Amino acid sequence: MDKILKALEDDATLTPEQLGMMFSKETGDIKKLIETYEKEGIIVGYKTLIDWDKTDREYVTAMIEVKTTPQRDGGFDKIAEKIYQYPEVQSLYLMSGGFDLCVLIEGRTMKEVAFFVAQKLATIENVTSTATHFVLRKYKDKGLVYGYAEPDERGNCN
Amino acid sequence: MLDYSKVLNPTVVSMPPSGIRKFFDLLDTMDDVIGLTVGQPDFVTPWHIREEAIASLEKGKTYYTSNAGLPLLRQEVCKYLERRFSLTYDPAHETIITVGGSEAIQMGLSAILSPGDEVIIPEPCFVCYEPLTRLCGGVPVPVVTRVEDKFKLRADELRRVITPRTKCLVLPYPNNPTGAIMTREDLEEIAKVLRDTNIVILSDEIYAEMTYNGQHCSVATLPGMRERTILVSGFSKSYAMTGWRLGYLCAPEPICRMVLKLHQYAIMCASTTSQYAGVEACRSGDEDIENMVGEYDRRRHYIYEGLRRIGIDVFEPEGAFYIFPDIRRYGMSSDEFCNRLLREKKCAIVPGSAFGQCGEGFARISYAYSVKHITQALERIDDFVHHL
Repeated sequence: MDKILKALEDDATLTPEQLGMMFSKETGDIKKLIETYEKEGIIVGYKTLIDWDKTDREYVTAMIEVKTTPQRDGGFDKIAEKIYQYPEVQSLYLMSGGFDLCVLIEGRTMKEVAFFVAQKLATIENVTSTATHFVLRKYKDKGLVYGYAEPDERGNCN
Repeated sequence: MLDYSKVLNPTVVSMPPSGIRKFFDLLDTMDDVIGLTVGQPDFVTPWHIREEAIASLEKGKTYYTSNAGLPLLRQEVCKYLERRFSLTYDPAHETIITVGGSEAIQMGLSAILSPGDEVIIPEPCFVCYEPLTRLCGGVPVPVVTRVEDKFKLRADELRRVITPRTKCLVLPYPNNPTGAIMTREDLEEIAKVLRDTNIVILSDEIYAEMTYNGQHCSVATLPGMRERTILVSGFSKSYAMTGWRLGYLCAPEPICRMVLKLHQYAIMCASTTSQYAGVEACRSGDEDIENMVGEYDRRRHYIYEGLRRIGIDVFEPEGAFYIFPDIRRYGMSSDEFCNRLLREKKCAIVPGSAFGQCGEGFARISYAYSVKHITQALERIDDFVHHL
């Protein structure tokens, strides 16, 4: 069943019917399987990768290194729970190395991001320091290269 | 004024352009066509392989290699063949690196054929064997394979066409265009026919990595077959390296010595940059193969099921990346079917007749395309056949 998950991870637009054709299964069985994955939280959700740089939308992304003092009864989880409640937070990872939490946030302007870090993130209890790195350009995300799609230049040779 | 009719080689002049070329020329004149015609992977050569080629250039490795190819590459090719297919060849005397599998086919045929020698060619098959046989003065002898036999070569059919002039049997499996394979059991039957003869096998195993119901079996692994087998293969399909033009030929030393003479005079050596890429592919490319073949397999199931649902008769291919549906029920030649599909629905597939007379009534569809692309093509085919 990992194969079906992998196929969906690569392309969320595949329908149960298409997956059934690929893996020689009934469409209904694939639907049930996907429902089970969703209920169990194995499939967390579905999103579309968009290259916003090709649109007029103004946005800015930043990666923030957060150092914390872990809490006695919740470790890093309690702090993480507080941080990920903010809708501005796109991703949140517990890290090894020089800092504890890596927060990816998105805002309309650098000012908005800076305001969020200063007013929201840095003020959370047990957050001891933050370092903000703004993303200048996204080259690749989730295994996909951003830029112009290469045309199919394969020659009809044989 | 030079009279070209007097200077050109009559054998080449009389060689008809391949049917597939004619179709591709028509295709090139049209826009917005969804094509399933391409006979090459849609993957880019894995980066670690490209990187080694770049590194070789940075180090200034821009010279000719030895005629037979870099000793290191020949060693790696032999290790790869042993690891993947239990084939044992001597890198020093039984292996030649060529400019793609195509050169290996031509050199192999040239090394053994004398005028009048007959070459048995199972059809439908890739388009080059017949003209190259003629170029060597040989006589192509087509042998029919049929959909009811899953396009496998049958021993009784083979026996029927063998004559005292038979020099060579071409064994093009896994097969382009049918997607047929030959299992060990199938090959054993062929081996029984050949064992006490002087017939050489030209085994074109370029799609060896693309089998979906078990590992490919090379005829050279069967008792008594290695001594008569010219194995041709290459990097194009397995590692998505078509543009690098890198292949190889393995055969017993007496044959290889002759091939090397021809290769040396005609080619000198394969591209040095490509050869360094080939070393990396052989050493570290097994995982790339697994990933690409896994993807082809998903598409194979998808397109097979898609065609079946449309109501088209089709046998489930077991190798390569082609499917060869039977279109006889639509009451037109494969040429007409494909031309109309192209003109009326802007969807391109290749007429089966381009691959030999017995390909008539079929069409070759390549699934070296994304699922999205295949889906669009299937919709157009569905629309076409339901309005006939």
